Amino acid sequence: MGLWLGTPTLVWAVLMLATCASTWWLKSGAATSMLATAAILVIAAVKVRLVIIHFMELGDAPLKWRIFFELWVIVFSGVILAGFWLSAH
Amino acid sequence: MPMSHVLSEKTRRLPGEAGVWIFVGADMLMFGLFFTSFVIERSKNVELYNLSQQALNFNYGGINTLILLTSSWFVVLAVHAAKMDKVRHVAYLLAAGALCGLAFCVLKVVEYTEKISHGISMLTNDFFMYYFILTGIHFFHVIVGTVMLFILCRKALAGTYHSRNVLWLESGATYWHMVDLLWIILFPLLYLMR
Repeated sequence: MGLWLGTPTLVWAVLMLATCASTWWLKSGAATSMLATAAILVIAAVKVRLVIIHFMELGDAPLKWRIFFELWVIVFSGVILAGFWLSAH
Repeated sequence: MPMSHVLSEKTRRLPGEAGVWIFVGADMLMFGLFFTSFVIERSKNVELYNLSQQALNFNYGGINTLILLTSSWFVVLAVHAAKMDKVRHVAYLLAAGALCGLAFCVLKVVEYTEKISHGISMLTNDFFMYYFILTGIHFFHVIVGTVMLFILCRKALAGTYHSRNVLWLESGATYWHMVDLLWIILFPLLYLMR
């Protein structure tokens, strides 16, 4: 497969579409506030994971490195979501 | 999963220098604590944070996200081009990545100027203190990364990076992807979520 047609290009297209969806669709009130907030954060966490696995190439890295970065995404997106949820109730 | 897709620990490889990964991990932990601090302070005065957020123009943040993602993509392709010995492509792709970094900086300056001209500063309230400090620290990372990409590009023009020499190109790419990754969280946290 050539330089341009491969996994990185596919991942980039997904990241761009996900960004447009969360910035200009979810933000504009397509969903209720807390639901939209949760969806925006989940989309961001998925985007970060795509960057970690495919752009930073941690998918093929020694497991201890991959686990550290994957845990970072889970822990801090969890903290942020919990903080927003608790302050909304 | 087919056996051919399962990598043993011996065949697994960390791209670039391990020292750069330790720095990247530490930097990400620092930002993780910043995010946590923001969420805790926000919970003490949600109305103020939501009201202040309305003064931000999320179009700037959204466009800057698209710019950084595209920049990261160019840098990934530059590393792949080096591994394929497409030496000229490496330089062009790094130049494209660096120009995207420059575009981010220009838009950030426009955004800051707009805020300051409307009388909004770090001292306005707690939300804007976080806004200026968090985006400011991230902006510093972008400036360092953009300069780094221009330096890598200059070296690539001299034919430095190819399939037998990608270590520092991969290390630079790792740092740049971290800058992208941090913005992916920072942008919704400050501009979108409420």
